[in-house]
Amino acid sequence: MKIFKRSFSLFFFIVCFSSQTEGAIEIDLNSLSKTPKFLSEFGFFEDMKNQTPAVNVHPYSLVSPLFSDQTDKLRFVYVPEGEKLSYVKNKVFIFPVGSTLIKTFAYLNKNGPLEQQLLETRLLINTNDGWKAISYVWNEEQNDAKRAIAGATIPTSFVNSQGDLVAVRYRAPNQNQCKECHQVNKVMTPIGPKARNMDKNLIYQSGEMNQLLYWAALGWIDQKLDSHPIASYTDVNASLDDRARAYLDINCGHCHIPGGSADTTGLYLNLIEENQEKLGIFKKPVAAGRASGNLKYSVVPGHPDDSIMLFRMKSLDPGIMMPESGRALADDAGIKLIKDWIDKL
Amino acid sequence: MKFLKLSNQFIVGLLFFSGSLYSAVQIVQPSENAYEDIQEALILAEPGDVIRLTAGIYNLQDSLSLDVEGVQIEGEGMNQTILSFAGQQSGAQGLSVTSDNVTLQDFSVQNAKGDAIKVKGVTNIKFLRVKTEWTNGPNPQNGAYGLYPVESTNVLIDGCVAIGASDAGIYVGQSQNIIVRNSRAEFNVAGIEIENSYYADVHNNIATNNTGGILVFDLPGLPQQGGHHVRVFNNRSIGNNTDNFAPEGNIVGEVPRGTGIIIQANSNVEIFDNEIGDNDTVNIAVVTYGNETDDNTYYPHPKSIQIHGNKFGPTGYNPDTSKGELAQILFDLSGGNMPDIFWDGLLPISQLIFGQPDHEKMIISNNGDASLLAIKPIGYMVPFLEPAILDINEFDGKISPLAKVEFDENF
Repeated sequence: MKIFKRSFSLFFFIVCFSSQTEGAIEIDLNSLSKTPKFLSEFGFFEDMKNQTPAVNVHPYSLVSPLFSDQTDKLRFVYVPEGEKLSYVKNKVFIFPVGSTLIKTFAYLNKNGPLEQQLLETRLLINTNDGWKAISYVWNEEQNDAKRAIAGATIPTSFVNSQGDLVAVRYRAPNQNQCKECHQVNKVMTPIGPKARNMDKNLIYQSGEMNQLLYWAALGWIDQKLDSHPIASYTDVNASLDDRARAYLDINCGHCHIPGGSADTTGLYLNLIEENQEKLGIFKKPVAAGRASGNLKYSVVPGHPDDSIMLFRMKSLDPGIMMPESGRALADDAGIKLIKDWIDKL
Repeated sequence: MKFLKLSNQFIVGLLFFSGSLYSAVQIVQPSENAYEDIQEALILAEPGDVIRLTAGIYNLQDSLSLDVEGVQIEGEGMNQTILSFAGQQSGAQGLSVTSDNVTLQDFSVQNAKGDAIKVKGVTNIKFLRVKTEWTNGPNPQNGAYGLYPVESTNVLIDGCVAIGASDAGIYVGQSQNIIVRNSRAEFNVAGIEIENSYYADVHNNIATNNTGGILVFDLPGLPQQGGHHVRVFNNRSIGNNTDNFAPEGNIVGEVPRGTGIIIQANSNVEIFDNEIGDNDTVNIAVVTYGNETDDNTYYPHPKSIQIHGNKFGPTGYNPDTSKGELAQILFDLSGGNMPDIFWDGLLPISQLIFGQPDHEKMIISNNGDASLLAIKPIGYMVPFLEPAILDINEFDGKISPLAKVEFDENF
């Protein structure tokens, strides 16, 4: 129980509530009456710096993740003992109250020569009042992260997959910016953990296993799932259309969906949208202003360079770029994918 | 964290002296940490709080957002408290608001990289004496919208100023119950635009030096469409002769320089008691949405339009034929004798042949010596038939006034 040695107050807490099960989380996540100032207070990690989760906190990974300035993302989930998830087709799993999704953004710099840098850890906590988003920014010593109400700007550099050094003005979002993407019809919701986006193997401490089976083995899922895995947009064996739609779904579809932040535009990019004009094909912009780049339509089949969608993906100008927040760099791989997709439409 | 100390004093002060337990005034002053100071105050605010931004220039690199209901953000005057986004590095707006019962007053937002103030999906929003401006004049690099409430209910814009937007200075979209009054829109592409909205009163405003003064538009393919019940009255839409500087692709990019008022699609629009003149192309244009769409729930034609009691000044003396077909057609059909009021006459085919239902017919009356040109589409297409109606009296009729827009402004 190394995690509990961290502070006297936590120790005191254990003494008072020593009847709790091993590895229990010390914060009352259901009410979250007082938001902890430091990430360590939750007890989600056995080893903060190395991001080793506590015994009842489990790693997970997504088939197709969101692009976030080429950060590495370490995802973990905590579900209260004995509770279950429910499944609704095409939706994010419904997590029991008290569940927490934990996502650390880092530059692991595996190609050297820079050391690994933990940037921020975002928590989505399912409280009695619904999901709450809190962001913690890591300190220089990299042994704890502090709550960042207004977000934070982290100017830094990292080593990309080609081994090049890249400078970035990394922005940890403020609480309101979390809502921009995570709110549908004014209700906060997670985005990633849909069955279709979880349906892949992960190497756990106990060995390699399909994540959905692992969750079933934990007793979290006991329903039959009616789901097909979404394409990984990096999987060159998948069809171009499947890859592009997977990319648009996870990078754009949380705002560009009926009820989402970008629904005023009538451009819907979530996976189940079928209407060609709503997907942007020969769709005129509504409120784009100069972000139209003097182009007439969101997507012009066969003409990626005449398509506003690609123009906005390439841009680094805050008044033009898409997504509006969460990136300071262009996603070159994503740009190439969408360019090829529009070209072949 | 200077503002927190100040605000604590205020909270204590209010607790003791005002008896109001639930509202506090948080004071923020310009500083190097302006973004953190304001954004933290906006996130930590409780319903009922006032966030006061003292006079000065706040240099902001990231966009601000408010999502707590019942908060008032107030400056010390639209020319005193200035939120400057000239150095903006992230975020698509200057300020965005997504909570109900919010009042914004007495400050200005300058040089936002995208929209200046966007308010989305709220009930009850007041803009009082707020200014949005791009300070380098009309420029396609300016952000699209100045004041930009969308998908909202009960919208009041009073005493505001909007300058330099590359789309619309004051833009209300996909909303209902809207009042825009006592405001001024200058050097925007569209001065004031009401789009895909229901129940709007636009009155006692000045729109000048825009490309188009006041626009009432409806577009297809959006969550809310079929705009209706819009009253535009007691406004001055004068000298809107700035060249269209909207980036291509945007619908307002098709507006010719020198238009006073445009009604596109929409039903039940009443334009009355305005002063409209010195507009290079035309004072009032009533037109059909002209682009293709596969949205079959959309009705592209204007109907039940009433235009009365307006006072017209000179127009059409320098028509802008570079944008869209409107000015060229008008010039050709009028033989250069440009009218005050133009209607493109487009209707569903059955109505072109059998006529419009009476209640959908346009009524134009009591506009002094105003002139008119309305295209007769069949005549326009077929040689030897009259291509247009020039007698304004053909549209004379009894006005059925639309109801005033009212909601509780003291939320």
